[in-house]
Amino acid sequence: MDLFEYQAKKLFAEHGVPVPTGKTATTPEEARAIATELGGKVVVKAQVKTGGRGKAGGVKVADGPDDAFAKASAILGMDIKGHTVHSVLVEEASNIAEEYYASFLLDRANRTFLAMASREGGMEIEEVAATKPEALARILIDPLTGVDAAKAREIAIAAKLPEAALDGATELLAKLWTVFVKSDATLVEVNPLILTGDGRVVALDGKVSLDENAGFRHPEHEAFVDVSAVDPLEQKAKEKGLNYVKLTGEVGIIGNGAGLVMSTLDVVTYAGEEFGGKRPANFLDIGGGASAEVMANGLSIILGDPSVKSVFVNIFGGITSCDAVANGIIQALKIVGDVTTPLVVRLDGNNAEEGRRILAEANLPVVKPVDTMDGAAKLAAELAAAAA
Amino acid sequence: MAIWLDENSRVVVQGITGSEGAKHTKRMLAAGTNVVAGVNARKVGQQVEGVPVFGSVTDAIAQTGANVSVIFVPPKFTKDAAIEAIDAAIPLAVVITEGVPVHDTTEFFAYSQSKGTTRIIGPNCPGIASPGVSNAGIIPADITPGGRIGLVSKSGTLTYQMMYELREFGFSTCVGIGGDPVIGTTHIDALDAFQADPGTDAIVMIGEIGGDAEERAAAHIEAHVTKPVVGYVAGFTAPEGKTMGHAGAIVSGSSGTAQAKKEALEKAGVRVGKTPSETARLMADIMRSL
Repeated sequence: MDLFEYQAKKLFAEHGVPVPTGKTATTPEEARAIATELGGKVVVKAQVKTGGRGKAGGVKVADGPDDAFAKASAILGMDIKGHTVHSVLVEEASNIAEEYYASFLLDRANRTFLAMASREGGMEIEEVAATKPEALARILIDPLTGVDAAKAREIAIAAKLPEAALDGATELLAKLWTVFVKSDATLVEVNPLILTGDGRVVALDGKVSLDENAGFRHPEHEAFVDVSAVDPLEQKAKEKGLNYVKLTGEVGIIGNGAGLVMSTLDVVTYAGEEFGGKRPANFLDIGGGASAEVMANGLSIILGDPSVKSVFVNIFGGITSCDAVANGIIQALKIVGDVTTPLVVRLDGNNAEEGRRILAEANLPVVKPVDTMDGAAKLAAELAAAAA
Repeated sequence: MAIWLDENSRVVVQGITGSEGAKHTKRMLAAGTNVVAGVNARKVGQQVEGVPVFGSVTDAIAQTGANVSVIFVPPKFTKDAAIEAIDAAIPLAVVITEGVPVHDTTEFFAYSQSKGTTRIIGPNCPGIASPGVSNAGIIPADITPGGRIGLVSKSGTLTYQMMYELREFGFSTCVGIGGDPVIGTTHIDALDAFQADPGTDAIVMIGEIGGDAEERAAAHIEAHVTKPVVGYVAGFTAPEGKTMGHAGAIVSGSSGTAQAKKEALEKAGVRVGKTPSETARLMADIMRSL
């Protein structure tokens, strides 16, 4: 889960990482009130989960409360790379002497943690990495020892930070590491990390990604979920414990196992090319069990999507044999009731023949059994095209 | 012959008294696996499916000579279970559990590296099976007989699908390495083991979107693997920024795409199928030509 800047800064502040004082506003009036409270110059920053806000005009300095009102009016509702701005962060303006970069992240390739830091801050770090790789320090962190003050100083020195910023940066980096570990983050990034005119080192921006697998030990992370951005079907699936991702096509997909479902999306897309570009409407992994209840939950979510014109149920019977899956599908259709969308069913694997026999015997008009994955994908795409 | 799991494997199940642990212990036994012990500190002396329960992995090893652990404990206890297995210096620990926080995995993987005595497979994986010989995990045992194809895969059901499609040839060993961002055993580790295994003639490698493990595996194949390799990558049509079921399966920006992985593999001389069935046909052609 990616956080908004204001949420990232809240986490930073909780762990003692210095950030500018500020609050979020969802209306220009609120922005004016916050600016009044802060006094002096403020910065009004669009809260969207994408980069390049500054270039898009989503970050503006305001002279005072009335200007903050005007700047917030302009920024709220703005579209930045497809993200609508619903709130702004109004912060005290900082006296920036220099801008740096610092982050901790999960390094998948090396299966460990990585610190990155640079004296070149403020711009996209990918650009620094590409154009001035020597300016970006990369230091592997041993997960068993982590980052103490000495390691933090090593990072700051490797980043070639100036003497004036070393102490402040060392302290900030050690605290930022605490944020990374205590929050179960996969990324904490500060860009820019600034040295102020009066010699303080402050996190002027913040980007944090949290590991959802660690949610069980972070009930407080619930509050970070952006409910306005959650697809209602995705929300419903989550409540049922199903792994569902809404996509843009017409063929509903149900399968067991993440890899098989991803593969099903591909095969349906290829097959759909023949039928005017029919595409998968969703990703839905119902897991290994594929019981009647789980199947019914999955079906009702998929059929709740009005763009679905046909459904492809792609099950490989492994631990659960196909006869049980076939009975599950029949029961699921009874539970959901009144299903008119055609259901192309491919059962393969353990006891597949018995499963196919059960489906054939049930003789349900909406169920279209097909023996192979490729054949089933083709029929599902064809039926979606016919229904359109 | 096989890799990592053979007729000498003696399995201890951590979490044997839980519902998943007990269910799969029964299945592993039915598959002919030599399950010699279970572990649960609060249920010492009990039996599950006739398998004695010990207080620790160290005790289980001392009493039964166990040399493979299969871990079924819930995510919040997985790190401790893995560290216990590593401290007992068991040669192979297979972590089936799904949903383990990545900080925990990174930590116990680093710990295993520092000790240097335990290979970790997983987490979030179906385990490892040498068909007809031994089965450590949840891979269905009756899909395919033994044979001379080696298989390594990030995905469980795609593994089963491939085993099923190629059952006329059979498999030496099938390894499900798991779909998490950090895993203990990589494609490269399995490729090296299959290359060295006299019982394996050809290798199927199944990958999926996210990370760059397949690209690194491709470079490794080019330099070190002489046996024929056929590849498959799932997720060509996955949109950017959406996690596709596995915590590790996400395309971010231009990295982690299926297309990039396919191109890297083909550049290394690996034949890559567009669909699972096409991949199986490519492997069948190779097996017939050997």
